[in-house]
Amino acid sequence: MAERVAVIGVGQTYHRSKRDDVSIAGLVREAAVRALEDAGCTWDDIDAVVIGKAPDMFEGIMMPELYLAAALGAVGKPMFRVHTAGSVGGSTAVVAAHLVAGGIHQRVLTVAFEKQSDSDAMWALSVPQPFSAPLLAGAGGYFAPIIRAYMRRSGAPLDTGMRVAVKDRLHALKNPYAHLKMPDISMEKVEESVMLWDPLHYLESCPSSDGAAAMVLGSEKAAAQAEASTGRRPAWVHGMAMRSEPTMFAGRNQVNPQAGRDCARDVYAQAGITNPREQLDCAEVYVPFSWYEPMWLENLGFAPEGEGWKLTQSGATSLDGGDIPWNCSGGVLSSNPIGASGMLRFLEAALQVRGLAGEHQVDGARKALGHAYGGGAQFFAMWVVGADRPE
Amino acid sequence: MSQIPAAKQGHRPVAVVAFALSHVVRAETNANEVEMLMPVVHEVFAKAGITKDDVGFICSGSTDYLIGGPFSFVTALDAIGVWPPKSESHVEMDGAWALYEAFVRLQEGDIDIALVYGFGKSSLGDLDKIFALQLDPYTMAPLNPDLVSLAALQARAVIDQGIASEEDFAAVAARSRKSALSNEFAQVRRDDSLEDLMAEPYAVSPLRRHCLPPISDGASAIILVAGDRAFDLVERPAWITGIDHRIETHAIGARNLAVSTSTAKAAEMAGVGEGPVDLAEVHAPFASQEVILTTALGLPSDTVINPSGGALAANALMSGGLTRIGEAAQAILDGRAKRVVAHATSGPVLQQNLVCVLEGA
Repeated sequence: MAERVAVIGVGQTYHRSKRDDVSIAGLVREAAVRALEDAGCTWDDIDAVVIGKAPDMFEGIMMPELYLAAALGAVGKPMFRVHTAGSVGGSTAVVAAHLVAGGIHQRVLTVAFEKQSDSDAMWALSVPQPFSAPLLAGAGGYFAPIIRAYMRRSGAPLDTGMRVAVKDRLHALKNPYAHLKMPDISMEKVEESVMLWDPLHYLESCPSSDGAAAMVLGSEKAAAQAEASTGRRPAWVHGMAMRSEPTMFAGRNQVNPQAGRDCARDVYAQAGITNPREQLDCAEVYVPFSWYEPMWLENLGFAPEGEGWKLTQSGATSLDGGDIPWNCSGGVLSSNPIGASGMLRFLEAALQVRGLAGEHQVDGARKALGHAYGGGAQFFAMWVVGADRPE
Repeated sequence: MSQIPAAKQGHRPVAVVAFALSHVVRAETNANEVEMLMPVVHEVFAKAGITKDDVGFICSGSTDYLIGGPFSFVTALDAIGVWPPKSESHVEMDGAWALYEAFVRLQEGDIDIALVYGFGKSSLGDLDKIFALQLDPYTMAPLNPDLVSLAALQARAVIDQGIASEEDFAAVAARSRKSALSNEFAQVRRDDSLEDLMAEPYAVSPLRRHCLPPISDGASAIILVAGDRAFDLVERPAWITGIDHRIETHAIGARNLAVSTSTAKAAEMAGVGEGPVDLAEVHAPFASQEVILTTALGLPSDTVINPSGGALAANALMSGGLTRIGEAAQAILDGRAKRVVAHATSGPVLQQNLVCVLEGA
């Protein structure tokens, strides 16, 4: 019953620690204009705008989309604001895609952003709440013990995380939009960097970035028009899903959350994927801390439980000769405008299957996974995009 | 399916089958946001005769700035207990927009039942300070304009353009408070004379105290069902036959504040004018705004406005718009009306508006 959905245009900002050359409106507009140009359409062609970002306290503006209505060409149109924690960039894309899949609109502009330099995410995450234990540690402190649990269960070698940190930064050198450019990155440099939250070194953590991502999602008809006018083929959505589970309860598997496994199963079933490592050509997966690559390799079915680290160690996830490259763009470890980080994963997956990823293109990529997670790893959003129109 | 009225949006019919709300109060001091919400969620499940296991999609509306901390939606979701994991989403908007997302999500046929809720406690902070942070951070927020002063600018435009008078505002307030006498969930329930109301001093000219909404804590929830399954759950589902929302520019100086072009557009898209309207639930926190909105909606003169008392009698933020849809739908569920209109607003001085038309089979 659902209509087919295509990614017909994408755009992103040059991600930096401080984009003090632009306001928030300028930041989101930069990404949106690139997406419109890529789609070969104008503001008038857009039926609705769906925008997402992480908690409003990250910039200190309540519901900033209200002030962004004109900058995003939404005046007189529907404008919709999604907030689902760190998964929000992915969730926002999924909500926007449903507006096309549900037959409501022909072309939807979806945007996600974070201007982390305007405030302090660590502070925003640490506001004391009545009757709740204060986090006070930011996301890294929250996830470090879970990573420790993974290391104990899997027996993964200590340097696994460091390998991811190096690999993703090498990938980022091929992505002109990436924030971190570290040509001299090495295992030694990662190991020598300060220990932030044991076992996570400073260089095993994502940066804090200003940036935005935007996509134009369209119907089959809109996709045909875009391809005819631009000569660039769309990416087709083969499956999409969101899943949530409670933050904590006795027996919750925080290392390998059920919601992530269920979400992947749902998306793979829609896309006809039974063996993700073989059937997907690459994946853009939300890895804000190095060890989440081996953990999500297992959660997403690329490796049996307890064996994700073997793929990382063998180089299977590297663009340089790996059979299933992960985060060819450099991933969240290289650019982290939080609210946009999930959408960047979805967007980069689309770029790959459109053959437009430039230097970080996986040769002949036809099918790719985009993934985002948030909160205490209880919120998930994913999609599989392909070069071919789904059946 | 022949019994189901045709809809302007979507190709799969979707109905409200149950609505529940909390007693809206000035300060819910005995419960936190989640404790305030949960009885409402349990009640809406009971009314629909379902459990959370029947629900295929959950969507909520809330804002972090009311509690002053990040992730206000997370604790609510934890309390509902989304286990096994569920397909779920959240909007940093009034619950009415969460309902819109659920309506869209139900179009594809893979999911039949959705839970929608909104909640917020205004009593935890200073609304004037909080809502100043909703304005353009570079040019407006630093000026710290308060909610009532902005509404007063709008009311002045309404008077200056000859659309309504201060007496008209008082009449709106008097009617709303009187209607609320029959709504046990409302907060301001009284029978005031127009003379008494007009004798009140100005809060901010031209608005008197009665033109302002109360400060409220509250929550509401709705169950949406797609297709024939709605008839399995209730006798008279309230079918959504039109739903649309629109936004205007944030630049207050660039708008004619006395009209609501976004409401008019959404009403046109939702097909408000394509049939009689038995009653309308209009989300107008200020009495002056009801005048603007009923005009923009293009309601017939015989339409009953806000029989619940509306936002002037109970102004629970983040659930107020969803409650308008719930109150309007309830009239159909109860067999009191055949075709109704609900409206929700968000943003400073009616920047963003949603219109929903519901009909009985």
